[in-house]
Amino acid sequence: MATNVKAQPAAEPARGWYGTVILAWLVPGAGHFLLKRPWRGALILASVALMFLLGLMMRGAMFQPQTGDVLTTIIYCGGFLGDLASGLLYLLTVWLGYAQPDMAGHVHDYGTKFLVAAGLLNVLAMVDAYEIATKQKD
Amino acid sequence: MNLSHFEAAILFALFASVVLGVITKRNDAERLRYGVRCFAYFVAALIGLGWLMKLGHG
Repeated sequence: MATNVKAQPAAEPARGWYGTVILAWLVPGAGHFLLKRPWRGALILASVALMFLLGLMMRGAMFQPQTGDVLTTIIYCGGFLGDLASGLLYLLTVWLGYAQPDMAGHVHDYGTKFLVAAGLLNVLAMVDAYEIATKQKD
Repeated sequence: MNLSHFEAAILFALFASVVLGVITKRNDAERLRYGVRCFAYFVAALIGLGWLMKLGHG
């Protein structure tokens, strides 16, 4: 006996998000540009890049991964990952020889935090780009 | 570059609020409102904590 049940179209598999996320990491906002959200991409690019540049202008220090007690490991490895999350901004800065030692003073301290925060904001933008690419979000 | 605590914190609040506004919510009006609200909360916390520290130090 024939049945009239129509096959339901399978949910579209999430594919192609790797490239978007990697691009979003390398160039802040580029994932949104790729996904045809240019204004949002431009705002992310401007915010992350300006925050990173202000951190450099305040002579903030870049974290190097260090291990030891738990707090040292969390601060230095976490800080390093935060710096690294800025993508090409971080890679170019290190490649061009920026090596500011950690110095006392509130401006340098803010600079260090600006450098890490720029990377963390880029992580948020990468997650947003991932969610758009996998259609979990409009 | 030599910024005061207040200037540096306001710049931090501004950039963080822009990104938080851009990546959340469903439409542009909601994003704008959320970004402005985040910025206002940052500034309120900045001023509140600043006064708290001043009063705490006597």
